[in-house]
Amino acid sequence: MTAVTFYVPCDSAALAVGADEVAAAIAAEARQRGLAVSIVRNGSRGLFWLEPLVEVATPAGRVAYGPVAPEDVPALFDAGWQDGGAHALRHGVTEQIPFLALQERLTFRRMGVTDPLSLADYEAHDGWAGLRRASGMTPEAIVNEVTHSGLRGRGGAAFPAGIKWKTVAGATAAQKYVVCNADEGDSGTFSDRMTMEGDPYMLIEGMAIAGLAVGATMGYVYIRSEYPHAVATMREAIRRATAAGFLGDNVCGHGRAFRLEVRKAAGAYVCGEETAMLESIEGKRGVVRAKPPLPALEGLFGQPTVINNVITLATVPVVLARGADFYRHFGVGRSHGTLPFQLAGNVKQGGLVEKAFGLTLRELLYGFGAGTRSGRPVKAVQVGGPLGAYVPESKWDEPLDYEAYAAFGAVVGHGGIVVHDDTADMAALARYAMEFCALESCGKCTPCRIGSTRGVEVIDRITQGPNKLQQVHLLRDLCDTMLGGSLCAMGGMTPYPVLSALDHYPEDFGIAPPSEKAA
Amino acid sequence: MKLIPSSAQDLATVSALIAEHRDQPGALLPLLHAVQDALGHVPDDVVPAIARALGLSRAEVHGVITYYHFFRREAPGRQVVQVCRAEACQACGGEELLALAERVLGCERHSTRADGAVTLEPVYCLGLCASSPAVQIGEKLHARVTPARLQSLLAHVADTAEVAP
Repeated sequence: MTAVTFYVPCDSAALAVGADEVAAAIAAEARQRGLAVSIVRNGSRGLFWLEPLVEVATPAGRVAYGPVAPEDVPALFDAGWQDGGAHALRHGVTEQIPFLALQERLTFRRMGVTDPLSLADYEAHDGWAGLRRASGMTPEAIVNEVTHSGLRGRGGAAFPAGIKWKTVAGATAAQKYVVCNADEGDSGTFSDRMTMEGDPYMLIEGMAIAGLAVGATMGYVYIRSEYPHAVATMREAIRRATAAGFLGDNVCGHGRAFRLEVRKAAGAYVCGEETAMLESIEGKRGVVRAKPPLPALEGLFGQPTVINNVITLATVPVVLARGADFYRHFGVGRSHGTLPFQLAGNVKQGGLVEKAFGLTLRELLYGFGAGTRSGRPVKAVQVGGPLGAYVPESKWDEPLDYEAYAAFGAVVGHGGIVVHDDTADMAALARYAMEFCALESCGKCTPCRIGSTRGVEVIDRITQGPNKLQQVHLLRDLCDTMLGGSLCAMGGMTPYPVLSALDHYPEDFGIAPPSEKAA
Repeated sequence: MKLIPSSAQDLATVSALIAEHRDQPGALLPLLHAVQDALGHVPDDVVPAIARALGLSRAEVHGVITYYHFFRREAPGRQVVQVCRAEACQACGGEELLALAERVLGCERHSTRADGAVTLEPVYCLGLCASSPAVQIGEKLHARVTPARLQSLLAHVADTAEVAP
């Protein structure tokens, strides 16, 4: 009798709802029944409302059951799930679940399919194809390919990756670096975490390609301390990839070196800003640097440095493997390719949705997300992390692309989408944005360091005191100073959630809507 | 702040970690992580040795330790409870969970209970935003936490505290 293969995710979000206990229950129950089973700990498919999502390999394909609790396991065996049998928790063939079938997974095509640390799995699912191609190309050709693909920085700033790489490639220095920004501190985002926990070789491959393209021989992955599983998986993946010759002194046998090291962050949100991150890797307080000089010319330890977000680097392998034309064909306008959107907060079907740019927030909220988890109406949606604007319903049909969002004062950012139902108090959320900025400001520039504290106070005066309109005037003036006078996005974008809350939900501040100016 | 001198064994541990990390580029954060992993916190009296080894002033090392939320200068409680306060968790009742944890544990946020059993901290994003609200107790993550579930998780923490000496 051949063993039945069960897939039980090892992603943090699956572990946090009991995936280990479910895996143990499956093993114990199978033993008791004398059934041979093999349990693969895969990454998550990103259908988090169904986690722990157990898949069973059947002749028809992998069949999904979820959310599975340990106490469901005996009944699932009784129902014959080892052969794909019917049960209330059965969702059919995983890849036909609409949430997944309607996506365009380019970067995330292996996510949840493979065992994250298995080199054989990675190889069998198109792994290393991009690096193998790149290792036979000139650095200029690699940079041109990335430039032509239209890939832009997925961390939020959306700067063209190829242009940044070209600057570093053109710099002369004894040592250059590639630094991956994995300090994914934005609430509502988890695509970096999923990548590192669920498909770490993809990031390694992307960084190695970046190294070859710009002539860097050393790379760092700067990972949040709040992500211990990601740190552990990346460290082990780097060890295995080095042993297999994909990293080290002779990448893919082409004589060029690229080494990689994980650096663990220490809980400072502002270290997601690239220059603060460099300071932190250098062993200092994560205080933002003034630019220029650009990190591309004087970055880590003063040397030319490519800094990209996890998703940017993880997308490079598919660009090289399938070609720039293939990738740039996805998307709209100047937003080429796909973005792994992250549906979070009060949403019924939360999870990862990779789609080409150009879909609308409404499609994400209702098509994929199926509305709120609480069943109440959606009130506000924050797009692009804690520094992103609250997008009102009048804009839910705008295409999600960098320029369209910028045109109405919002940002796509890292693609995090946090949904709030009608119980949300927008004045409290605006106050929280200022409070968070005060807590996390690095302190280098005054608008951010002091403006955030004054922001909390003035919002309190608006909601509690008399002279509301005078205080609103003061808040707008303060936000203007922060927007224009801050050194980085921390202070410079905190006004986005604050002003959008004030503009679109004035009643929550105790202000009559008619006084609202057109948004 | 209580000044409890580090034991000779702890100081020896720190010396070994310094030797292991001092030649690494940008050694301070990896070294501080190693010290905290080994001792549970970074005691003030190991700062001079770290500063000397890395060619930094004590003020610089102190500045780094106090800048980052993750590093602790004092030993935490026997159990650390972290409740996420970020927006995605707020949207699903995270703030209520934090208030509940304060009541059930008899311990304010950012503090360690007098009996040393538990430390309660807000945290800003555990990356479980599609399965909010999220809580971490020790090393273990918990998502889609309801008030009832939190109460039963904390009952274990609090019970442990009661039987502890």
